[in-house]
Amino acid sequence: MSISFDRALGAHPQALQLRLTRAGLLSNNLANVDTPNFKAKDIDFAAEMQRVKQPFQHSTATRLKYRLPYQPSADGNTVELNVEQAAFAQNSMDYQMSLTFLKMKFSGLRSAIEGK
Amino acid sequence: MAFTDIFRISSSAMTAQTVRLNTIASNMANADAASASEETVYKARRPIFASVYQNSQLASNNALAGARVQIVDVVETGHALQRYEPHHPMANSQGYVYYPDINVVEEMADMMSASRGFETSAEVLSSVKSMQQSLLRLGEA
Repeated sequence: MSISFDRALGAHPQALQLRLTRAGLLSNNLANVDTPNFKAKDIDFAAEMQRVKQPFQHSTATRLKYRLPYQPSADGNTVELNVEQAAFAQNSMDYQMSLTFLKMKFSGLRSAIEGK
Repeated sequence: MAFTDIFRISSSAMTAQTVRLNTIASNMANADAASASEETVYKARRPIFASVYQNSQLASNNALAGARVQIVDVVETGHALQRYEPHHPMANSQGYVYYPDINVVEEMADMMSASRGFETSAEVLSSVKSMQQSLLRLGEA
């Protein structure tokens, strides 16, 4: 009788990986806040989680979407600092939350193994 | 996108903003530097920003390529203006002295934008660093 870590940990490892990918994208946007003609990108997290949870053999790559700016800009750069900073902060908190859930799952497994 | 990519992107942004602050500082310092001819007078310099996409990510069919920022070049975009000062030691035969056409207020606004960009990247760096540290603490008892 073996422990299936896949089923025990649920969707949290994939969520963590996706959060990290999104953090990379958002930090990309923040780094290019002054580059002319740079278009801000993001992913739809809910849709991506749905796609990851279904075990397709040939699942497509993560779909990248472009951010619609609130205001036009003279040099073609669509990065808006407040929008991107808020998204990055929210994503960091969600990452910490996923990490906390994962930690709780591991401690639950450990107490089950130790028989406490 | 791994943690190392994020660190590299943020550090490239901080480097680029530092170069931009460098050009702003040199513009502001030389705002009143007189010269005898139009060719030798100091002209305002501006950096050119560009995004550099990671080739390895594109090659592996992954559309999530990160883009570092890079300062491609620093070019002279300013002009020279001449003032009539016949008693200036550097005046030419007609009595004109050449000065750089630098608007200090414009340079200050640019400096505020550059420092804001730098602070944003520093925040991203510290936030991602704490994310990675939390991840490392996951396995501890």
